[in-house]
Amino acid sequence: MTAMTASTSAPEAGGVKETPVFYVADEHEHGEGGSTQLGFWLYLMSDCLIFAVLFATYGVLGGNFAAGPSPKDLFDLPLVAVNTSMLLFSSITYGFAVLEMQKNRKQGMLMWLAITMMFGAAFIGIELFEFTHMILEGATPQRSAFLSSFFTLVGTHGLHVTFGIIWMITLMVQVMKFGLNEPNKRRILCLSMFWHFLDVVWIGVFTFVYLMGVLR
Amino acid sequence: MFENFDLQKAIFGRLTLESIPYHEPILVVTFIVVAIGGAAVLGAITYFRLWGYLWREWFTSVDHKRIGVMYIVLGLVMLLRGFADAIMMRAQQAIAFNGNEGYLPAHHFDQIFTAHGVIMIFFVAMPLVTGLMNYVVPLQIGARDVAFPFLNNFSFWMTVSGAILVMASLFVGEFARTGWLAYPPLSNYAYSPDVGVDYYIWALQIAGVGTLLSGVNLIATIVKMRCPGMSMMKMPVFTWTALCTNVLIVAAFPVLTGVLALLSLDRYVGTNFFTNDFGGNPMMYVNLIWIWGHPEVYILVLPVFGVFSEVTATFSGKRLFGYTSMVYATVCITILSYLVWLHHFFTMGSGASVNSFFGITTMIISIPTGAKLFNWLFTMYRGRIRFELPMMWTVAFMLTFVIGGMTGVLLAVPPADFVLHNSLFLIAHFHNVIIGGVVFGCFAGIAYWFPKVTGFKLDPFWGKMSFWFWVSGFYLAFMPLYVLGLMGVTRRLRVFDDPSLQIYFVVAAFGAFLIALGIGSFLIQIVVSIKNREKLRDVTGDPWNARTLEWSTSSPPPVYNFAFTPVVYDHDAWWDMKEHGYKRPMGGFKPIHMPRNTGAGVILAGLSFITGFALIWYIWWLAVLGFVSLLATAIGHTFNYNRSFNIPTQEIVETERERTQLLQSAGA
Amino acid sequence: MKRFYIFALLPFLALLGGCNAIVLNPAGDIAIQQRDLVIISTVLMLLIIVPVMALTAWFAWHYRASNQSARYEPNWSHSTHLELIIWSAPLLIIICLGAVTWMATHMLDPWRPLNRTGPDKEVAMGAKPLNVQVVALDWKWLFIYPEQGIATVNELAAPVDRPLNFKISASSVMNAFYVPALAGMIYAMPGMQTQLHAVINKEGTYKGFSANYSGKGFSEMRFNFLAMDDAGFDKWVASVKASDAGKLGRTEYLDLERPSEAMPVKKYASVDPQLFDLIVNMCVQPGKMCMHEMAAIDAKGGLGLAGNNIVQSLEYDKYARRGDEPVVKKSYVASVCTKTAPMGMDAQAAADVTPVSSTPLVGAGLPQPGMFQSFARKPSNS
Repeated sequence: MTAMTASTSAPEAGGVKETPVFYVADEHEHGEGGSTQLGFWLYLMSDCLIFAVLFATYGVLGGNFAAGPSPKDLFDLPLVAVNTSMLLFSSITYGFAVLEMQKNRKQGMLMWLAITMMFGAAFIGIELFEFTHMILEGATPQRSAFLSSFFTLVGTHGLHVTFGIIWMITLMVQVMKFGLNEPNKRRILCLSMFWHFLDVVWIGVFTFVYLMGVLR
Repeated sequence: MFENFDLQKAIFGRLTLESIPYHEPILVVTFIVVAIGGAAVLGAITYFRLWGYLWREWFTSVDHKRIGVMYIVLGLVMLLRGFADAIMMRAQQAIAFNGNEGYLPAHHFDQIFTAHGVIMIFFVAMPLVTGLMNYVVPLQIGARDVAFPFLNNFSFWMTVSGAILVMASLFVGEFARTGWLAYPPLSNYAYSPDVGVDYYIWALQIAGVGTLLSGVNLIATIVKMRCPGMSMMKMPVFTWTALCTNVLIVAAFPVLTGVLALLSLDRYVGTNFFTNDFGGNPMMYVNLIWIWGHPEVYILVLPVFGVFSEVTATFSGKRLFGYTSMVYATVCITILSYLVWLHHFFTMGSGASVNSFFGITTMIISIPTGAKLFNWLFTMYRGRIRFELPMMWTVAFMLTFVIGGMTGVLLAVPPADFVLHNSLFLIAHFHNVIIGGVVFGCFAGIAYWFPKVTGFKLDPFWGKMSFWFWVSGFYLAFMPLYVLGLMGVTRRLRVFDDPSLQIYFVVAAFGAFLIALGIGSFLIQIVVSIKNREKLRDVTGDPWNARTLEWSTSSPPPVYNFAFTPVVYDHDAWWDMKEHGYKRPMGGFKPIHMPRNTGAGVILAGLSFITGFALIWYIWWLAVLGFVSLLATAIGHTFNYNRSFNIPTQEIVETERERTQLLQSAGA
Repeated sequence: MKRFYIFALLPFLALLGGCNAIVLNPAGDIAIQQRDLVIISTVLMLLIIVPVMALTAWFAWHYRASNQSARYEPNWSHSTHLELIIWSAPLLIIICLGAVTWMATHMLDPWRPLNRTGPDKEVAMGAKPLNVQVVALDWKWLFIYPEQGIATVNELAAPVDRPLNFKISASSVMNAFYVPALAGMIYAMPGMQTQLHAVINKEGTYKGFSANYSGKGFSEMRFNFLAMDDAGFDKWVASVKASDAGKLGRTEYLDLERPSEAMPVKKYASVDPQLFDLIVNMCVQPGKMCMHEMAAIDAKGGLGLAGNNIVQSLEYDKYARRGDEPVVKKSYVASVCTKTAPMGMDAQAAADVTPVSSTPLVGAGLPQPGMFQSFARKPSNS
């Protein structure tokens, strides 16, 4: 609590029977959102657990092809590598956006955010292309437990990225309208955590699902 | 493409007139009772022109105290529903002998025991416990509200939305017939194609969002908003248990969300996570749901451990014995609760090594739990125990809970579990810990903090009536079940062939009847207390001569809780203040920054309800519409930057002056 | 140990008076040992529970506010000695109980073949147990006796004092096979096989049932377990063989499998020897790929994209009978080549295990399933 430093209290000064100060007399105004970063971080950890469940499910069911296709038959590594780079680049550009924000440069921030969004949209586009391709080949989520868990894990990540993009658009509108005020800065940092978090999850997906699926 | 287009299906999904169970007399009567009751309540609100007041002061309130009270009201209302289910089951099992089919067909009976479990855990125990935490924690740590006041309101309404969805299943369609954890393959589409399991899934998903967010909220509150001087090891024990509980919530509920999402994909999309064919594996579900399910038990019981700690120390007039070991025991339980889930299905055929590992970890939990019990015991030792209502509940808890603990450890021995699993012994065990622990604890907590919330105590006579009915009813209802379990009687049976069992079921039904009287007495107690509120009035704000910070402010506390943020030096902060001749500050007030009320939470939860309902009935257009509006409202809400206001100094001076006058009038 | 049991029984006997608590008075050696474990554990815990309850009552009474003569020390809140005791007393009990648990869990593991049929009755090396295959159907029990070549519905019989080896599966949803007088329960799960080794020591008729809720007809999913002497059992087998219900083949099974409630006892004079393995592998329906075949294909990396085309829709649909018409059509993976003999049946004989050394806890002699048994789907023949 920020007020703690402002407190004038001296705990039992002198030690002898002096009544200690039991309240903060000149409390300073502390802005809202002091706990936002922590709260959002906690939310991210809970989200991380949802991914943990999906990873575990993939780990258990990922080998059950039900006599259908396996990762080797389905995954197109070069395409996924391109896709991965989209997301990685988007994380870098988001970093630039935050740097611009710290320098209070609204236009620069908006530009980097827009570039980040483009990368994100490209990622979703490639993923959708991959999904449609697989489904058209008959490798639907219904075909086997492996495909069910694959589509769910990767799709959940994709849904998160989609919501991240929606959030980004909202935030861009808000920055354009209200400027780089405190709440907006806070939100940009939250979205930044969210975006990098999705990046980390994707590295897990890329390694455990795609790379290990094809190379195993 | 359009020749098969069915307009009715497109508009109403699978919802037809047949879905409304007007041909089932029990449900029709229930509906009439609920409708009359509901109409009476709504009529009264309209007649007394309370809608505006309720909307402005309660429904849209972001005040943690009001939200806490609303949680508890929700819990108590749902208790009536959950208990109605219980008494119907007891009645059915007491008469279904010698070829008598009883009065409930399987279709109905199976829904009742499922609904009973789901409602009691998610919509009775959870709201009661969350309500207590919501009300008390910010006061105990000297904060003015929780970290995210709007989120708090939203969380509450999401819980309500889930509860309404469960209630809707009573009159539109049906509820799940799968048992409260909905194990597949039975809960999968192939074996439960009706709407029951879908009601189950969406009610829990919607309420689960609320629970998770309130968990995040309370952790952030406890970590970030403690008043100066309150280090972690100076937090009141209830706050400690609340912190651990919310850590458990944040770490467990996502698993429930995840596993239910997979089940719904199986049911809606036709994926193969938990199916028998195509490489699916139902055992995966059982593991995952218990990875959530076991911590859930501790989510419920840890806060009431905190309640008992506060109550024992207060009414023994003594510092809590072994504060440090109490805290470490709580943390131990929190961590260990993740290492025991498999004990819920030893009989699934895991190897002996796996079974004994989980059996032994389960037993290890009893060590910190035992330590806690001893701590309460030695808090009473050399104390001056005042047997007010909360303390009576506490002693009843201590005597009852040890029995439940013992049978729990017994069930943790895998070979013993093989003969007792899924039997009525198991039922008796977990009711023993949930009623003897959580319910007694919630009643102790309600009786303890009621004067803080309202400014007057609860009527002791009806409280004692309720207490004795509950305690004797509990023993009569569940001790026969222990015996029946040892006679090899399994749970969830609708009819019996062995007439010698009947007497035990009759006794158990009588016990349930006594509990009904206990609930009745509790409701009477509230009414009588409100009627006699002037006689029961407490103006000091500290009716029990208690020890923690919430008792330092007025009852009911002002909106801003504390005119000045307190500074503390001890975990019994208020006791410490009293010892050192604390004087209330009388001047120098400054404006206080507070969050503004908002209706967004109600609207978002309402839209969630609509989306959930549409998904249950396959009304796709409505589901899409509901979801899109949900998203739009959420985004729209973020465009509101003006979320707080200052309480002017004049108002604070006024409020504090009134309290000074009250205190003086009491002193005179 | 033995004298201890009798002593330990006393409080329970007093509690349970006249009622016939079968769990505390079973007739099979495994169930008796499980009963003993229940009692030992309870007594161990009562060592700490009783003092705690007594202290609670005494403190509550003695330190009541009205008793002004009791000592009152409002600030006494710590004592290292007491802390040590309150943590170590439960710890000691749990160490004892933990040791007992570890031993008993291994000794009474349902997967473990019996080494004794009673307190002093060792199983002779090479003695063959009686094999019974158990299938939980919607809502009745099917028992197949592979060696006798017979099958019964809702009636189980066995000779006394002979080791029994139950292999347990289910057709649609989860159930639990439980005969309280004989031994503890074990889940019956579709597409999987669990096992239970047990013995019955006293002649008589005992109750068996499903101990895991499985839907509408669950309450009446009961059967009688007849324990008889060897001659009686032979006579019973002969009577089944003489019954006129005929043979239980794949077609008859598919018919039997359909949901029904409170079904009377039914006896089949002969049975398709592969039936149980087909049930466990979920391929009784001709043309459907068996799970062990599927597992073998999957282990080699599936059938590639070509494998997408072998999904057939399920015409016979027992599921639909449990609810309304399905919106999502059920389908299955078709067998890739129609084999009349779906698997090597000769593996069956090798699977019958001989008794192992009774030395506890050495591990080597204990055929334990793997660590992650509960995650792995086991085809029956593996």
